[in-house]
Amino acid sequence: MKKKTAGFYVNWVVIRVLMLVLFIYLVFPFFWAISSSLKSQTQLFETPTVYWPSHPRWKNYLEVFTIQPFAHNLLNSAVVAGFTTLVALAIGSFAAYALGKYRFRGKRPVYYTILGVSVFPQISILGGMFTLVRAIGIYNTWWALILSYMIFTLPFTIWILTSFVREIPGELEEAAVMDGASPLRTLWSILLPVMAPGLVTAGLLAFIGAWNEFLFALTFTVDNQSRTVPVAIALFAGSSPHELPWAQIMAASVIVTIPLLVLVLVFQNRIIAGLTAGAVKG
Amino acid sequence: MKASTFGARRARTAWYLLSASLAVLALVAGYPLIRTIGLSFTHTNILQYPLTSTPAGFQNFVQVVHDPAWWRSVQNTVVFTVFSVSIETVFGLGVAMLVNTNLRIKGVMRAAMLTPWAILTVVSAQMWRWMYNDVFGVLNDILKRLHIIHTSISWLTEPAIALPAVIAVDVWKTTPFMALLLLAGLQTIPGELYEAAVVDGSSKWQQFVRITFPLLRPALLVALIFRTLDALRVFDVIYVMTGTVPSTMSMSVYARQQLVDFGKLGYGSAVTILILLIIGIFTAAYMVSLRVEVD
Repeated sequence: MKKKTAGFYVNWVVIRVLMLVLFIYLVFPFFWAISSSLKSQTQLFETPTVYWPSHPRWKNYLEVFTIQPFAHNLLNSAVVAGFTTLVALAIGSFAAYALGKYRFRGKRPVYYTILGVSVFPQISILGGMFTLVRAIGIYNTWWALILSYMIFTLPFTIWILTSFVREIPGELEEAAVMDGASPLRTLWSILLPVMAPGLVTAGLLAFIGAWNEFLFALTFTVDNQSRTVPVAIALFAGSSPHELPWAQIMAASVIVTIPLLVLVLVFQNRIIAGLTAGAVKG
Repeated sequence: MKASTFGARRARTAWYLLSASLAVLALVAGYPLIRTIGLSFTHTNILQYPLTSTPAGFQNFVQVVHDPAWWRSVQNTVVFTVFSVSIETVFGLGVAMLVNTNLRIKGVMRAAMLTPWAILTVVSAQMWRWMYNDVFGVLNDILKRLHIIHTSISWLTEPAIALPAVIAVDVWKTTPFMALLLLAGLQTIPGELYEAAVVDGSSKWQQFVRITFPLLRPALLVALIFRTLDALRVFDVIYVMTGTVPSTMSMSVYARQQLVDFGKLGYGSAVTILILLIIGIFTAAYMVSLRVEVD
């Protein structure tokens, strides 16, 4: 019955070979970024291609901070993404409570509106957002980005949190309401502790989204100092306009990727749960 | 009587709870949208501040639809969307099923799959731009060593190759994400179904057609539509890899070039409204076809 045929072994080998190919395909570009980030200018432009530098040039990592204003860029990104996430979580959890636990007229249109905004092409409000940012006088500041990032972080946060709130047993909340607890108190002391995993998931995804954002950051900042990480990495300039500082670009890329990778790997179950909750419950 | 006042109070509370979010959305989405629509009917120069607008009627819109560069960008966007989304879906399904076959190695593979997703879009674009470099890029080197090509290919400057090259980067970045979503879907399918199918003597292909595909369909459909909406507004990867070159320019890149680089705030706004309409049609189709559930 359990006799293993030749076909079984062929299958076994094929699956493992495919997995290995897939693994290399997925990881090689990042390996290449690390390898390039440790090369000197001459090694970068050497033929035949050098696959791993014999004398890693760690100075490239230092130059990201001395030749480029990368410390500023990191700070800008951290403040903008962090603040955006906190605001989105704070006001988003109120909205999620209402949408997940209350019945009221107009709920459906509100829900559709929020869902609509979350798939909204950000480019289509670029002109209006630009005039808004100029009018308030926050052009080229953190606030321009924090404000504009609400357009994608807030609907997304509300959406994920709502799906979490809905899962919370109704009795918990009803008991609190019957005891005469105010809505804010109910949210704060009954729902929020239960929602903690949802808050982590939504917060993580909002942070990654804001950290990744490029279009608004490119348009609403003008100088090297006020740029966020993605814009800085896209626009790093070398000593001559024809020669891009590839080693510095790759070093900066590795610097921002490693913490994010660690974060994603640590929280991978949460993230996948959040993404599928969002996708499947639509 | 009591129940209805309770209900009314609950409804009022719900609106209070929603008010902050709705106010923020009105400020960051509602107002800019109305303003953009307003601007699209004017001639406004972004470089002169304070802004001065002169009414333009439908001139901007007429001009856009007569600009071959716009239609080229629409075509590029459609090609990008159709190819990237379909390759990512098929490939993602394949990867999900492959990883699902071996449970021991799944942890390692899942980590490897999260790598491209965790890398910033701009970073992945720069990484590939460097690998695609026509003279010093590692891709040409590998392909030459494997004797697949004999002379270097100018991946990003050859007009016919540039768009496929950019699509390949999107596929690298997004396929694993698609696969992860589908893998989550695959794991919800009870194993007994396959056991029963094996007892009935059905082939692997029959199992796929009769069990895997129908049960995965909802997850597949949602992932597909989301990716489509995302791909239609593609900006970062194209802007970073090839800038504003006509052969790869997407609708969003065209719009930003007009609006910011050329300073034509009115004309650029008209372009972005057209993009909104195009994507809006897709979104409406999505909402209707999936009948998004509220409760």
